[in-house]
Amino acid sequence: MQLPYYPGCTLKNHAKHFEDSAIAAMERLDMPLVEMEDWVCCGTVFSMSSDDLMLQVASIRNLVRAEHQNLSELIVLCSMCYNTLRRASDFILSDPENLDKVRKFMYLEEKPFDGTVEILHLLSVLRDRIGWEELGRKVVRPLANLKVGGYYGCLLVRPEKYAIDDFEAPTIIEDLLGALGATASPYPYRLECCGAYQTVTNKDVTVQRTYELLNSARNAGCEAIVTSCPLCAFNLDQRQRETIEQFPDFDPMPVFYFTELMALAFGANWDPEWTKLHFVNPEPILRDKGLI
Amino acid sequence: MKRIGVFICHCGVNIKDTVDVEALSEFFMSRDDIVHAEDYMFLCSDPGQKIIKKAIAEHKLDGVVVASCSPTLHESTFQNAIEEAGLNKFQMEVANIREQCSWVHNDKPAGTRKASLIIGASIEKLKLNESLEPTSAPLTRRAMVIGGGIAGIQTALDIADAGYEVVMVEKKPSIGGHMIQLSETFPTLDCSQCILTPKMVQLAKHPNITLHVNSEVKDISGFVGNFKVTVERKAQYVDPDLCNICSDCSTVCPVLVPSEYDEGLGWRRAIYIPFPQAIPASFTLDIDNCLGLSPIACGKCAEKCEANAINYDASPTTFEVEVGAVVVATGYDLYPVENIAEYGYGKYPDVVTSLQFERILSATGPTGGVVRRPSDGAEPKEVVFIQCCGSRDPEHHLSYCSKICCMYSLKHAKLYKHKVHDGQPYIFYIDIRAGGKRYEEFVQQAISEENVLYTRGKVARIFNEGDKMVVFGMDTLTGKKVEIRADMVVLAMAVVPSYGSDELAKTLKAGTDKHGFFNEAHPKLRPVESLQAGLFLAGACQSPKDIPDAVSQASGTAAKVMVLLSSDRILHSPIIATVDDDLCSGCGICIGTCPYGAREMDLLTRVALVNDILCEGCGACIAACPSGAAQQHNLTDDQIANMIRVIALGDE
Repeated sequence: MQLPYYPGCTLKNHAKHFEDSAIAAMERLDMPLVEMEDWVCCGTVFSMSSDDLMLQVASIRNLVRAEHQNLSELIVLCSMCYNTLRRASDFILSDPENLDKVRKFMYLEEKPFDGTVEILHLLSVLRDRIGWEELGRKVVRPLANLKVGGYYGCLLVRPEKYAIDDFEAPTIIEDLLGALGATASPYPYRLECCGAYQTVTNKDVTVQRTYELLNSARNAGCEAIVTSCPLCAFNLDQRQRETIEQFPDFDPMPVFYFTELMALAFGANWDPEWTKLHFVNPEPILRDKGLI
Repeated sequence: MKRIGVFICHCGVNIKDTVDVEALSEFFMSRDDIVHAEDYMFLCSDPGQKIIKKAIAEHKLDGVVVASCSPTLHESTFQNAIEEAGLNKFQMEVANIREQCSWVHNDKPAGTRKASLIIGASIEKLKLNESLEPTSAPLTRRAMVIGGGIAGIQTALDIADAGYEVVMVEKKPSIGGHMIQLSETFPTLDCSQCILTPKMVQLAKHPNITLHVNSEVKDISGFVGNFKVTVERKAQYVDPDLCNICSDCSTVCPVLVPSEYDEGLGWRRAIYIPFPQAIPASFTLDIDNCLGLSPIACGKCAEKCEANAINYDASPTTFEVEVGAVVVATGYDLYPVENIAEYGYGKYPDVVTSLQFERILSATGPTGGVVRRPSDGAEPKEVVFIQCCGSRDPEHHLSYCSKICCMYSLKHAKLYKHKVHDGQPYIFYIDIRAGGKRYEEFVQQAISEENVLYTRGKVARIFNEGDKMVVFGMDTLTGKKVEIRADMVVLAMAVVPSYGSDELAKTLKAGTDKHGFFNEAHPKLRPVESLQAGLFLAGACQSPKDIPDAVSQASGTAAKVMVLLSSDRILHSPIIATVDDDLCSGCGICIGTCPYGAREMDLLTRVALVNDILCEGCGACIAACPSGAAQQHNLTDDQIANMIRVIALGDE
């Protein structure tokens, strides 16, 4: 069964390893990801910060195109794209006046928006279509001895209505890691914000968050963490450069996309190109656990 | 033809602003079938009633329509007035032109026309009204109180002291309720057990009170003054009269069970006494945890008992009690703490509920009153108290305020400070609600003299780091995140109706609100009665209450019950069903329809009879009767048809 998917901009450059590893992993599960045609930027989460309809147009444009490519669903990998697309769709569909305006605005360029495409995050597809037990059976290279923490950040579980799991006590990432054979240690800060776009204007905030967050994971016994958000990954991984400078006691920790670990577990080989996109080199720990 | 008078009330401006009362009285005065009509500012006032009485005498009226507020408010006022003027009280009809007209409209011409139709319909009904006298029935001068907490105990004692018999039914092995678990009580910090146990002893010794513990109400039939209540009493394996509380039995019992009295923080045996001052003062056998009733399985306790009080062959008993009134005093329980996953209850032993902390503070508790935390028994130096756990959270939990948590959380903090002098209590709150006598002073004293630190905000998450509980919250006054590394966390869980009270409400056919609290008949003016006649409420089963409120309501309830029991006959409204023997075909449909069991078949004549006392005049059988044989006094099919004709066709 093919899964139509929406990559989003970051997965084509800074998070290329997120996309590549997801494609590799899903192929091995016989559920290949097929990129939708003609997609544009989702509008990013900033578009939800104001009631301005114009800011939703980018999201809706993607959904219209998916609709008219006869896609009934769209699988999203990036937490932020997932959150933005779903909320934009709901925002427009919840008010007939909004819907009317958006249709009128786009009628020269796009077909009318009906809101028939279901937007799903890959994690919930793994849980609901395959199931953890079945997923566990497909593992050919168990992540044994790897102690890793799931990092949810905000966008997978907030606002409550769009949460892919229990918004206060989610387990979906830990469940996946468990199925892959890793030891998933929940740590207190797994739902805290990474600092998000403060990284642009107020870098020290994200450095501070990175310090607290990764220490919290380390104290709970984690050797690495996984995320599904390129912005979180940027803040928690790339910002370790500044964290090391500012906090002499800080011990760096690799940050993975969950799909990288899936690809390894389902038998794909680690691509050295992926390493180049990490700030903290993940290869030593993978080598240590015999995974590469 | 009746000589009918119409009286129209202004109700100040309540009716007059929307209904042209003068025009209406002129209109009705001009009608041929109306002898007299007038309007007045407040007909319910004494001068207003005099106007009606004077008109009855002057114009020789034999029927009166009063157009005013809902009959639930002043029907009896006007009935009494016309009785004083020599008429039968059923020759008066209230036309409700306030709640059903002026209050819900703002168009005066339309309101006036609607009022005229409502009055017109009432006139048609009055024309065919019969003069009736109330029926009466004997009454059982005995009350039942369900629930043996402080509210039930106070109600029972007050009723019994007035000389009436009381039957108390308690589900647990001892009376005392939650109050017996408490350490000290706000705002005076007197010991809870010291003030409660004298009342428990009084109740046990009272000649007018019969106590049934381990018992539950299973069914109720009858009606106000004449209830028959079926009570099921669990098997009594230990005879309370023979048991001399030597505790030999529990010493040999091999089974350990988490103690309900200590909220799971301590242990008890399968044969146990709930707490030292339990009433009845007897051991009790917990059959669900006992190894087996057969002496082959264990039987150690019976072997050891010198008083021969243990009888493994006991079986449950079911008996019927006749009472005139029933008081529900089933109290409260705490909202399930597992519902708030982010607070980690169950995962972290040092996160406890408010009732557990009461036990930790209590001299009779699992730590003997020394403050120790459950995980390692260490003395906690920093304790965080979180208010509104489940309360005031309509999105995820309960919308209402549990009322007592502000005060008891502060009390906890104070008592903790009294026992751990160098300890630091923190309280997270939304608002501090201290609206009781000397409550605000209690709060201020704790803040200024006892160094209780208040943070306004909610706690987002609790997790552990090493042996510390990290409380992660928000100070909404400064907008800053707060992180407190505490040794222990106490959750002020929301108050919910006691578990099982929903079943009881169904059995008693009592109304509850959407949270399961029993409904009072009127939120301000009838706060201790239920809408079901003869059923009364006391304590937290109606809404969350602290001890002073529960006791006040209990005494109020007792007074209402005493009013009911003060006469040996009970009057019953004559507005009930009747049967036309000639029309009745004996089909029996009415019997299945009646919710009160008031209809039965006369097997000789094949006519369905009405029991005058059981019939509540609901009209169900009348609507169901296919031959029109069943009719309601003063609400016959003819009367209803005439009323509809006026409403449908207007005044022409």
